[in-house]
Amino acid sequence: MNSRSNILKKIAENKPASESLPVLRFDDTIHYADKQAQFITALQNVAAEVLEISGYAAINTLYKNLQAAGKKIINTIPEIDDLNNQLPSLSAENLAGVEIAFIKGLVAVAENGAVWVTEEQMQNRLLPFICEHLYLVIERENIVDTMHQAYQKIDTASSGFGVFIAGPSKTADIEQSLVIGAHGPKKTTIIIIN
Amino acid sequence: MGKPVHSILSKNFIADNDRTDWHDETLFMVRKKRDYASNQIPEWETLRQWASQIKAHTLSNLDHYLTVFEKNANANGIQVHWAANAMEHNEIIYGIIKQTGISSMVKSKSMLTEECHLNEYLQDKGIQVTDTDLGEWIIQLRKEHPSHIVLPAIHLKKQDVSDTFHQHIQTEKNNNDPKYLTTAARHHLRNIFIKSKLAITGVNFAIAETGGIVICTNEGNADMGVHGAAVHIACMGIEKIIPETLHLSIFLRLLARSATGQAITTYSSHFTSPRKGQQMHIVIVDNGRTRLLGNNNFRNSLKCIRCAACFNTCPVYRKTGGHSYHSIVAGPIGSILNPNTDIKANADLPFACTLCGSCSNVCPVKIDIHNQLWIWRQQISKEGYAGKTKSLSMKMMAYILSHPNVYRFSGNVFRMTLKYFPLIIKNKLNPWYRQREMPEAPKKSFRQWYIQKQKSEFKKQHIKKDS
Repeated sequence: MNSRSNILKKIAENKPASESLPVLRFDDTIHYADKQAQFITALQNVAAEVLEISGYAAINTLYKNLQAAGKKIINTIPEIDDLNNQLPSLSAENLAGVEIAFIKGLVAVAENGAVWVTEEQMQNRLLPFICEHLYLVIERENIVDTMHQAYQKIDTASSGFGVFIAGPSKTADIEQSLVIGAHGPKKTTIIIIN
Repeated sequence: MGKPVHSILSKNFIADNDRTDWHDETLFMVRKKRDYASNQIPEWETLRQWASQIKAHTLSNLDHYLTVFEKNANANGIQVHWAANAMEHNEIIYGIIKQTGISSMVKSKSMLTEECHLNEYLQDKGIQVTDTDLGEWIIQLRKEHPSHIVLPAIHLKKQDVSDTFHQHIQTEKNNNDPKYLTTAARHHLRNIFIKSKLAITGVNFAIAETGGIVICTNEGNADMGVHGAAVHIACMGIEKIIPETLHLSIFLRLLARSATGQAITTYSSHFTSPRKGQQMHIVIVDNGRTRLLGNNNFRNSLKCIRCAACFNTCPVYRKTGGHSYHSIVAGPIGSILNPNTDIKANADLPFACTLCGSCSNVCPVKIDIHNQLWIWRQQISKEGYAGKTKSLSMKMMAYILSHPNVYRFSGNVFRMTLKYFPLIIKNKLNPWYRQREMPEAPKKSFRQWYIQKQKSEFKKQHIKKDS
């Protein structure tokens, strides 16, 4: 007998009588009076930077200034600039020197500062991790209270890859001292469009 | 060489007082962060209850959910493999590596691959895997094992890391600034990430409904490895399954808050299908878990989501360090899991516990950890693995406690000894005294005091009546 059927047979023999799933009342979980204020507090707790901006025109100015400063930038938001058709097929070697990436987030979570990004927005799965400074753009009406509301809003199965990102990469593996910038971005800025 | 025993191994750890205190205080600080984070959530206890019930439901239908998961994963283009034990797990992974012909690979943190000793196995075959979680990489360079499942290098001080990095990647001698050392590791490992074509990861949650998996990291190392690689191999125990995506919201709210006091890890990555042109494999491993499933006493331990809250709160773990547990998973949860794999080799572990119950109070999936440890003690003693000294002293104690006259006599002897001949007890040959101070001996026993008191009360009352 192969291991698959062997394991399944053992489980069938050993599992206890069926227990029922709990009734989940997500409406009874925490709601914030001011979701945006709570989201900003949560972002500060995860060492992210926050920019509140009026609209895409203002982001465009920021983007142009960074370009003028000679930064190596990859943009994935059509409202900001033309897209790079080659991006989906770029390798780790190709992306190694990227300083800045602009990616749009679909949902933002007030309780923990996490922003949901899928493969469709990032276009290359490596981009949000390999860049040195990540800009995530979120529209204020997409801020929800907790992870419960976030998962009700998103469909994880509709894209091959999706990620909640809460701030820059970090580690405390040496004597529990927090160091920002482990293997991913050293800096993450969340742009909230009001 | 005798078999490793917690009480003896911990002597090495506590030999350095300052280091022991640092370890104790640092982990208790992590425990306090957990308290603070959980107190921000009014529905915390409800979340624990839901998580525990979802896990209980899943375990009672595990064969169903595993087959649903497999079907959906296959539909997503993921190849699913099944391994009965550690050896088969390692062979499957070696088979995939051989087929692809790739020789450079990275691994993100996976306690399962540690449990199966994958690194050593592949090394024997001439294949070098680089661990990429900073803590795991440090201990890999030092040829050690993790002492904690979330903070693998918590037994080390920054000077140890500085020495190790100076030796292996030529950092400045004695520069022990954590930021400097982390940056050096970042640069070194980035080159390895970029060249690696195969990535091995663990799995935090596997979702039956979508056939996808979720991996949580703070460093971004799992994603740096996987998205650059042509082949992704993810390894999971059969108990990692949850039924629906919506359930993730509960587990992700609990996991990081319980582990480090963070509201969420930096990255919660959802892998549903391989990248275009990428190969993705999932290895589902039993390795003793189905046996645990069949055991009414210990089944609940399969609910564990490996947050290590029980480690951080445990007074024994904090004071003795992870390596004293001579197992890959240390701490209270490890002391339940390890005797299941080898009762004889791990018979000492359930006794490395004060039964204070703090572990059960912080467990996000409400495993009755201390109760299970107490049951293991009984089983281990019954099966004759408790060790001669322990069995003999327990038998003596049982005899004394069940014979009132003997109990009274030995109580008197003990009080007299402590009063007149204290050195018989207060000496370093008595193992009980080594880490403890003896109390002041009371003049009489409770029974003697009570009888005398009754007599004097009786007298008082009768004298009153008479007068």
